[in-house]
Amino acid sequence: MGILSSSAAITRYRVEGEIETHALESIEAGLRRYTITEIDGEDTERSMGWTSFGRPFAPDFTDSAHVVGAYLVFCLRMDKKSIPAAIVKKHVLAAESAKLADTGREHLSKNERQEIKEAVIARLSRRIPAAPSVYDLIWNLEEKWLWFFTNQKAANEALETLFSKSFTLQLVRLFPYTIAEGGADLTPEERDRLPELTPTRL
Amino acid sequence: MLDLSVAFNRYKFLGHEFLTWLWYTIESDVKTLKEVVPEISALGIGSRIVIENRTTDNMESITIRGDDAGLEEGMLALKKGALVAEMSLEMKTGEFEWRFLLKGESLDLSGLKTPETEGLASRGTSEEEQDGAVLEKIYLYEKAIGLVNDLYRHFIRLRVSRDWDQNIIPLLKNWVSQSRKGQ
Repeated sequence: MGILSSSAAITRYRVEGEIETHALESIEAGLRRYTITEIDGEDTERSMGWTSFGRPFAPDFTDSAHVVGAYLVFCLRMDKKSIPAAIVKKHVLAAESAKLADTGREHLSKNERQEIKEAVIARLSRRIPAAPSVYDLIWNLEEKWLWFFTNQKAANEALETLFSKSFTLQLVRLFPYTIAEGGADLTPEERDRLPELTPTRL
Repeated sequence: MLDLSVAFNRYKFLGHEFLTWLWYTIESDVKTLKEVVPEISALGIGSRIVIENRTTDNMESITIRGDDAGLEEGMLALKKGALVAEMSLEMKTGEFEWRFLLKGESLDLSGLKTPETEGLASRGTSEEEQDGAVLEKIYLYEKAIGLVNDLYRHFIRLRVSRDWDQNIIPLLKNWVSQSRKGQ
């Protein structure tokens, strides 16, 4: 569902905030700082960051491959390890039984059981590869708009958060009110009437 | 400016009214369509339309889908106070065709199919070829997004003008009632 797919979903944004004089350098610094971190073999369950368009599993923002004509083209990547609940349960029960046998006790405290569960999840996370989700985006620096190639709520929220952290700029999602308020060339008088509008009944 | 989530929810009706006005304009006001988007040779409703009635306590929703689906049920729903929540559109310029689903509350596009591009096959080859394919796609996406922007800009100007209450609402009401009589 990305830029070059045969079918695309696009969520549109306006980019607000002052971009520094050396915009490209500061944006590239943000991209490098928040590049996706691999979590395979680690006990971390989730990871999120920027990656390169066309090579999402070998991100590199040291060259200018992300500059395409007047646009910046790169991707948000979200990695997640999904461990089936039944597998967690099986390993937790085995670990609890082993601890009871080792200590000769009949019961474990709530805290002990929680610690065992966390340790099991961390151990399983190291063995399970993360499933990546990659979402393309196009950013027109000059015209201050951005297209994000998914309509998924969680991905859009992640984009808004990471974008703000990376570039100290704000993404304003475009929807009927924000387009009317900022992108429809209304006169000041027309814009003043916007908040007073109420639904039409046919 | 209003908080964004408040603005999204409070004014989502604008998107629903826009799609309802667009249905009317496509069916009954081709002159306006030609004035607002002169470069488009044809604009039609595609194979899916979702109509929601939020005037009752329980939100009612009708989905009409299929290439040969009739829109009579949709018209009946409009008569009862419903508005269009989602609508698929087909636009043509010359021999090129775009198809996409437009959601009223967000004006997000999905299922966007542009005319075929030769550049698609070049992905994964040289950087220059990939850049060319991307730029070609951006150009094609801009056509669809430009259409939505131009139509919405025209709509919202109408919506905040006196013309909306005085002329457009009577036209819309007449369109809905005439459609019903025609069944």
